[in-house]
Amino acid sequence: MSTEAEATLPTSDHTGHGTGTSYLDASSGLRNWLITLDHKRIGIMYLISVLLAFAAGGIFALLVRIELLSPGRTIMGAATYNQVFTLHGAIMVFLFIIPSVPAALGNFFLPIMLGAKDVAFPRLNLLSFYIYVVGAVMALASMVIGSVDTGWTFYTPYSSNSVVGSQNAVIWMTGAVFTLGFSSILTGVNFIATVHKMRAPGQTWRRLPLFIWAAYATSVIQVLATPVLAITLALLLMERAFGLGIFDPRIGGDPVLFQHFFWFYSHPAVYIMILPGMGVVSEIIATFSKREIFGYMFVAMSSVGLALVGFLVWGHHMFVSGQSEYATMVFSALTFLVAIPSGVKIFNWLGTLYGGAISLESPMLYGLAFIVLFSIGGLTGLFHATLSTGIFLHDTYFVVAHFHYVMVGGTVFAFFGGLHYWWPKMTGKMYEEGLAKWGFALFFIGFNMTFLTQFVLGSRGMPRRYYDYLPQFTGLHQFSSTGAFIIGIGILLIFVNLTRSLISGKKAPRNPWRSAGYEWMTPTPPPLENFKEVPVITRGPYDYHLATEAELSEN
Amino acid sequence: MDTANSHEHGAGHDDDHGESHGHGDHPKFLAHHFDTPLQQFDTAKLGMWLFLAQELLFFAGLFVAYGIYRNWYPDAFSWSSHQLDPIMGAINTVVLLFSSLTAALAVRSSQLGQKSKTSMWLVLTIICAFIFLVVKYFEYEHKFESGLLPGGHFHPHHLHVVRAMHGAAAAGIPDHSGTFFGIYFMMTGVHGLHVLIGIGVMIWILIRNNRGEFSAQYFTPVELVALYWHLVDLIWIYLFPLLYLID
Repeated sequence: MSTEAEATLPTSDHTGHGTGTSYLDASSGLRNWLITLDHKRIGIMYLISVLLAFAAGGIFALLVRIELLSPGRTIMGAATYNQVFTLHGAIMVFLFIIPSVPAALGNFFLPIMLGAKDVAFPRLNLLSFYIYVVGAVMALASMVIGSVDTGWTFYTPYSSNSVVGSQNAVIWMTGAVFTLGFSSILTGVNFIATVHKMRAPGQTWRRLPLFIWAAYATSVIQVLATPVLAITLALLLMERAFGLGIFDPRIGGDPVLFQHFFWFYSHPAVYIMILPGMGVVSEIIATFSKREIFGYMFVAMSSVGLALVGFLVWGHHMFVSGQSEYATMVFSALTFLVAIPSGVKIFNWLGTLYGGAISLESPMLYGLAFIVLFSIGGLTGLFHATLSTGIFLHDTYFVVAHFHYVMVGGTVFAFFGGLHYWWPKMTGKMYEEGLAKWGFALFFIGFNMTFLTQFVLGSRGMPRRYYDYLPQFTGLHQFSSTGAFIIGIGILLIFVNLTRSLISGKKAPRNPWRSAGYEWMTPTPPPLENFKEVPVITRGPYDYHLATEAELSEN
Repeated sequence: MDTANSHEHGAGHDDDHGESHGHGDHPKFLAHHFDTPLQQFDTAKLGMWLFLAQELLFFAGLFVAYGIYRNWYPDAFSWSSHQLDPIMGAINTVVLLFSSLTAALAVRSSQLGQKSKTSMWLVLTIICAFIFLVVKYFEYEHKFESGLLPGGHFHPHHLHVVRAMHGAAAAGIPDHSGTFFGIYFMMTGVHGLHVLIGIGVMIWILIRNNRGEFSAQYFTPVELVALYWHLVDLIWIYLFPLLYLID
């Protein structure tokens, strides 16, 4: 390998030649962006795409909450309502959350944190982005054709022989999810190969940033679980087209088999969604505590542990689906195991905060919110794992609240935390801190109003996915809907603030948070090949005691 | 790869005089983000193995479905598997095994830098793949004609392949035989699709080989396509006994 001296030394000015030029200035024009092989630009294109998907999914969420303002019809009929909540779920899960942190932030930062010039397979990376785009277009097509109304889980026999809505819409939407799956698999393959083979000199496994460990564990799940979803959806498509007899009970098939197949992917997929968020939070907590991560190897291994345990618990989605009682008991016991690596993370983050020099900039607020909200989400998961309460709460709003605490309170908060944390590095601009805090506050308050309420609704018996409800639930539903609108305003404020920073934001310094993380050692925005010289890693990413004054200064 | 970066290659090279891996100048086949050809080769190979792992999981769903329904409807599976022609299946097995050999030989000659031999072995592999598909076509045609179709479309008529049924055929066709054919067509269909994709990729590699893109220093694409081809072969090795032979 090369023998450069400390390349982790700060270099703030552009030399203007070759590797010194920022990736944003390297070439211009839309065409150069669309055919770029640079992981940073691909990351930015993913970011724009997932934010658009998030906006679309959010609008559907607000439509659901408007409809639920009063019992009976408020603004739409029951059939339309089914379509709207299906689209909310399908778009948020497959087009937003799954690619959000790994494909957008991960693509940008994974190679930089490894000290690599790019991901292992840059062309494959661009291909996976375009496969994502094709999937997104197919999802749009399904809406134009007539909308799916099966819920995002596409349970058979609704999906295999439903006659409500448009038959072809199911084909287009499942085709879209099938396609998006391949985008996800290819990203996973790329990331694993990159982590194994592209690390800079001195970048040992014990010096990997925890975001990388999380992205690595996520990639393993993407590669091993997603193909099962792919074959399941392929079987579903064929079932619809040719009547295979695998899922359709009228011709000897078994709808419960579909659920097994679906959750064999979709439960690990929950960890595809949450693990990268945990990685982001580890970075944020360390940076804003100015302290080494407490129990680094435990946090790293808990990511791998979650990825492995995640494969063994799918049956807890099927406690009332008619699987055997013994299987149910085993799945219940296994599900409790998930709490161990999750708890390891929570306690180690708290251990990091303890005695740290904490500063409460906006990314840190998201990081702390993540710990609180994910703890609520995780602990209420145990209510479902426990058979007695699980069966009682099954298919109620309690479940809805639980997974929104994990997926929104967890992943989406981590995503926005990461977005604020890395925004200066990605764009070279600082956003306005005051507005960012307001956006956070509204999002946080609105979120808890919306979903804490739903725990109450669920425990009182309000079933999920229902169009109508008993009059006694009106107050709680209205409170929940109010919260949803506060979330909407908060998100809008965040978008406005970030967009405004692109136009009129201050120029970002090299290391605005004075972090010891590797990605902050390179100029802002990073040059085309990420570093001016191949970096030689001589310390861990959280070794504040080993980082030099120069490295920890802003410029 | 990325011509825009040729300038940076030069600049990077100036810094690399401490380099001891023995590539004087950055070879054409070495992408800008790798340091050495060995690193690039190892990375590509790891990527392919990961992709193959993904492929196995993709087929795994079908194998699970096969296992479950075989367990539920043993009579239907027994009766249905007798409708398949084990001779045709055996021929295809031999053809695919032979093609794995030729694919491996293509890798070897490519490693030795024997361009024309590599082409020959690749062509032989492609021919075997075509033979496989032709045999498959005749098998499918027979199923279609006999009405041995998946699930809902199952309506068997002239059953001229019913053999060794010891009078069971007279007792009627077991229920859910259509499920077997649903699984049969899915498994062999998805496998056939992989054969088809393999043919496409091998033709592409053949063209690149004829253009002289590969050498004893750079043969990664040949090696990767052979890996893929062995997997396609391996899956068939499981499909053949499961569908044709087990009673």
